[in-house]
Amino acid sequence: MISFENVAYNYGGGELLSEVSLRLAPGSFHFLTGPSGSGKTTFLKLAYAELLPTSGHVTLFDREVRTLSRDDIAHSRRRIGVVHQDVQFLDHLPLATNVQLPLSVSGRSSDPRDLADLLGWVGLGHLSDALPPSLSGGERQRAALARAVIMGPDVVLADEPTGNVDWEMSLRLLKLLVELNKMGKTIVVATHDLNLIRQAKSQVAARVLRISRRRVQLAGADL
Amino acid sequence: MNRLQEAFQQIVSYLTPDRQADRVVPPSGHTAWLTTFTAGAMTFLCVFALALSLASGRLASRWSDALARTATIRLAAPPDQMQAQTDAVLALLATTPGVATARALSDDEQRALLAPWFGPDLPVDALPLPRLIELVEGDPGYDGEGLRQRLAAEAPGAVLDDHTRWRRPLAEAAGRLRLLGWLSILLIGTTMGAMITLAANASLAANAQVIRVLRLVGAVDNYIAGAFVRRFTLRALAGAAAGALAGMICVALLPRADAAGGFLTGLGFTGFGWLLPFLLPPLAGVVAFAATQRAALQKLRELQ
Repeated sequence: MISFENVAYNYGGGELLSEVSLRLAPGSFHFLTGPSGSGKTTFLKLAYAELLPTSGHVTLFDREVRTLSRDDIAHSRRRIGVVHQDVQFLDHLPLATNVQLPLSVSGRSSDPRDLADLLGWVGLGHLSDALPPSLSGGERQRAALARAVIMGPDVVLADEPTGNVDWEMSLRLLKLLVELNKMGKTIVVATHDLNLIRQAKSQVAARVLRISRRRVQLAGADL
Repeated sequence: MNRLQEAFQQIVSYLTPDRQADRVVPPSGHTAWLTTFTAGAMTFLCVFALALSLASGRLASRWSDALARTATIRLAAPPDQMQAQTDAVLALLATTPGVATARALSDDEQRALLAPWFGPDLPVDALPLPRLIELVEGDPGYDGEGLRQRLAAEAPGAVLDDHTRWRRPLAEAAGRLRLLGWLSILLIGTTMGAMITLAANASLAANAQVIRVLRLVGAVDNYIAGAFVRRFTLRALAGAAAGALAGMICVALLPRADAAGGFLTGLGFTGFGWLLPFLLPPLAGVVAFAATQRAALQKLRELQ
């Protein structure tokens, strides 16, 4: 689905990621952890081709990212739902329109009932007409999750999705991600919240990857 | 052919209204009025440049036609021989192939020609003025060099003036004026393209977040560019339509030849020429389309 083969990335200065090789199997659940600035966000950006590796190969759905045209990348992103920590919306459009944006840009129409169900699933059914700037941090994260899954993507990448919300909301978001995984979606969550990881491991068979010294390693049982 | 079809389909897809896509770009104040105003002002100027170009073209052909068909023979002779030599020249012209008609200008006609310089009371009889003989060329025309030689033999004081030395600079001046008009139209179009490009770039920069979000959710470049291109093209069309209309009204209100004098004769549109300004708004739309599409795709390529 998404695989890294000996991938390295540097920002012009030092190398941020090095010798990263892994494969995200369909239906898997991965946590990606590591200290701030270790390269978690960069890893995710490589995984949805916002960044290209300095060396090595990233493969999206069996195609090497360097061989993809800009339109190919756009089409690949329709199969990948992304939730950012600093989630961005089109602030002049209501929440419902923002959530169904992936459908609009791909020329598909949405069933109003499905949209209502989705907003209800993330607990935002009553805010469908609200403008994004009026939403709280937790509401924005849930809206981002709804937008990320409306296309029925194969993979969901979440970058610190609980970074700006309280513990109760973190658990609620985690529950949604676990539900998605049980529906067969591949989930990758970048987080430094070990409590959240421990909580998740009681609900789902999640693998934990740790970025340490520029490399991605499978974390031990100490988590 | 396939590439042409693709390009055509792309243009159609850009211009086909897409309510959803059009909503993703927030309405922007200053770029909206700037584009509309620029297109309007430039099209307004274009109407005048077009009128100037068409009028100078008409002027050039009118001068050429009027002067090309006639020639003048200037006959200088002692007063007592003037009538005899005039009769000789007229007789010679009557037998010259290619000369349709020939006649000597009367004293009144010569006085009228000189009136702008010497006033209406010029005593033509008292002055040693040459006699002017006007000839109208037939079809086919006469042999100028042969006629000159015959005049030199039979009326040594007669000089043939076929207006070439007047006609050429007049036609050249009118031609240059027409070229200047077309160059002005080209310059105006280029300026409009440049200003719309600036406005489009400003709009794209102001909407960088919108573009990032759209890329993130899987929008292809044509979808994003289309939203901007449609908006700018429609604004330019609206502005250009208003500018063209205003320009046409102003041209229609220009003083006519009678009131303004000979130099301005015919400045404006005539007949089907009035339809030409209607081509300007679509042309402005094409310019806006090309400028915005280029700016949008260039900006999008800068973003991954």
